[in-house]
Amino acid sequence: MGRADRLMAVGLDGKAHFISWGPFQISLANLLVIALIVVLFVLAIVLPFPKQRSRP
Amino acid sequence: MTTRADSPAERRSWTSRVRERAEVALPPDKLLPDRQPEYVASWIYVFGVATIAALIFIVASGVVLTLEGPQWYHVSAVGHFVNSVHLWSVELFFVFMVVHLWGKFWMAAWRGRRVMTWITGVVSFLASIGAAFTGYLVQTNFDSQWISSEAKDGLNSVGIGAWFNVVNVGQMLLWHVVLLPLVVGAIVVWHVLLVRRHGVVPPLDAREETSP
Amino acid sequence: MTTEQTRPAGSRSPLRQHSVAADDFAARPWPGAGREYDLVMEFVVAVLVVGALVVGLAAVFSSPDEKSLTVKAWAQATPNDFVATAASELAGTSVSESELGRPYNSTGGNQKLGPLGLQKAAGVRIPVDSVNDFVITPLSSLPATPELSAALASWKAAPAAQQQKWGGAYSDALASKAAGGNPAKVAAGDYGPVPVLTASLLAMAQGGGLQAVIQGEGGFYNTDYTKSVLFLADGTYLEDHAVAEHLGGDQWGMMNETQSYPGQSWMWLYSFWYQIEPFKSSPNADALVWGLMMILSLGLLLIPFLPGIRSLPRWIPIHRLIWRDYYRAHPRPQR
Repeated sequence: MGRADRLMAVGLDGKAHFISWGPFQISLANLLVIALIVVLFVLAIVLPFPKQRSRP
Repeated sequence: MTTRADSPAERRSWTSRVRERAEVALPPDKLLPDRQPEYVASWIYVFGVATIAALIFIVASGVVLTLEGPQWYHVSAVGHFVNSVHLWSVELFFVFMVVHLWGKFWMAAWRGRRVMTWITGVVSFLASIGAAFTGYLVQTNFDSQWISSEAKDGLNSVGIGAWFNVVNVGQMLLWHVVLLPLVVGAIVVWHVLLVRRHGVVPPLDAREETSP
Repeated sequence: MTTEQTRPAGSRSPLRQHSVAADDFAARPWPGAGREYDLVMEFVVAVLVVGALVVGLAAVFSSPDEKSLTVKAWAQATPNDFVATAASELAGTSVSESELGRPYNSTGGNQKLGPLGLQKAAGVRIPVDSVNDFVITPLSSLPATPELSAALASWKAAPAAQQQKWGGAYSDALASKAAGGNPAKVAAGDYGPVPVLTASLLAMAQGGGLQAVIQGEGGFYNTDYTKSVLFLADGTYLEDHAVAEHLGGDQWGMMNETQSYPGQSWMWLYSFWYQIEPFKSSPNADALVWGLMMILSLGLLLIPFLPGIRSLPRWIPIHRLIWRDYYRAHPRPQR
C-alpha cells in the first residue's frame, strides 16, 4: 500500500513521514501542501481560461 | 457620472463631502463592474477571490467554535468537526494566498499607482500569519504547550514577550478571536476596495500597443 | 469616468520618463477592449467550491488534538527527570532561573540584536520566582508533617548561598554516574533539606496536586499559564515528547504539526534560519532570526521600490504566459 493510500485509509493521525536533504527536512504533509501551491500556480497560468464574447 | 447641484451649505457639510469623495473614488460601476479589460483572462485571477472564500470559512467556523468556548472541541464530535473545518480552511487560505501573491508578483501588479494595493496585500499576509500563530497557541492541548514554550523564547529575545505573552492563554485567545481578525478583516476590505478603485493592472508593455 | 489620477510625466528626469510614462498609462482606466466578467458569480462559485473542499477535507482528514501533558503524568512517567528538575530549581540552575532571563528574572540569557539589547531593555515585567513559585510555596500548601515542616523551616532559615550550595550538591549527586539520576542511589552528602523537599514535591506531583497549586498561585481566576509552562519546560519531559514528533527547533519543528498533519508551512523561512550557521550555534539566534525576518518582511512589503527585485517580472517573462491571449492579439511593434 502506497503512502497516499495509507493516508487516505487511516487519516493523518499516524506517525509522520519526513524527507531530509542536507539541512532541509520536511514532513510529507507540509511537502504536499507546498507542492499543491506550486501545481496550482503552474496550472493557473498554463490552463486556458474559458473564452467569452469580446467587444470593444 | 451625476453631478449634484447641492446648495452651498450642504456642499460644505462633512457628510456631503464624504459622500462625494466616495462617489468619485468608487462609483457603483467601479465597485461592482460587470466588465473587465480583455487581458483579465487567466485562472491566476481567481486566487484572490478563492482566498477570500477560504477566509469566510475560517471566520464562520471560528464563530461556531466561539459559541461554546475554546475547550469544546476536545469533548464534542461536532466541535471537533468544526475545528477540522477551521484548520483546513486556514491551510487552503494560505495555499490560495501564496498562489495569488506569486501571480501578482510576476505580473508586477504594483504598477500604475497600485503600490498600496500590494502593501495592504503583504500586510494582510503577515497579519494572517500572526492570527494563525495565535490560533495554534489557544488550542489548549499538547501542541499549544510546546509551541508557546518555544515561541516565548523567540519573542522574549527582542523584548516583545514582555508585553505579548504567548503563554498567557487568556491574552492570546483575545488576540486570536478579536484583535487579529479585526486587523485582517479591515485590511482585506481595504485591499479589495483598492483593487476595485484602481482596476486590474494592465499587461507589461501594454503602453506601446494601445496608448495614443 | 474620472481621470483625476493622471499626472504629467514631464517633470521627471529623462532617464525615468519611459517607466514613468508606462506607470501613468497603467494608472489610467483601461482604454482598450473589455470582456464580460461576472464578479458576483465568480464569488459565489468560489465560496461553493472552497466550502465543499474544506468540509470534504475536514470530513476525510479530521484535525489533530493531542491531549496536553500534565505535571502528574510527567512525575509518574519520568520521576528521575522530575526530581532532577526540582533539585535544579532549588540550586538556581534550572532553565527558567539561569537561562531565560527577562521578562521573568534578571539573571542570564539576555539576547542582543547586534548592538540592541531589546530583551534587557524590556525589563522584568512577568516576574517568576522559580524556587518559591514551583517548589516552596506548593510544599507549604501541603498538610504539615514533622519531616516536611522541619525541611521547610530549615530551608527558609538558611541564607541564599547555603540554599544554592545544598541544591547544587544534590543536583550533582543525582547526575553522578553512581546515582544515574535515581534519588534512591544518591550517596550520602551535605544536601540539607533538599532531598526531603524534592521527594515531597514528587509525591505531591504524582498525586496530581502540584499542577493545580502552581496554576492557582495567580488567584481563583487565572488564564495566564506562564508559571505552569515554564515549570513543565524546565524538565526534559515536554521536550522529549516534542522531539519525538519532530517539533524541535533544530528539526524544522516550527512548521511541523503533531501526528502527520500539515503544519504552519508558511513558517518555512523562519524555521530555515535556525538550521544553518551562524544562527544555529549563536547565543543570540532568536533575536538574530527575528531581526532578519523583520527585514525580509519589510523587503516583501517594499518590493515595488526595490531596484532589481521589482524588475524580475520583466526579466523572467512569466507574464507573457499569463497574458498570452492579449499579447497574441496585440503583437509587439517593431522597435
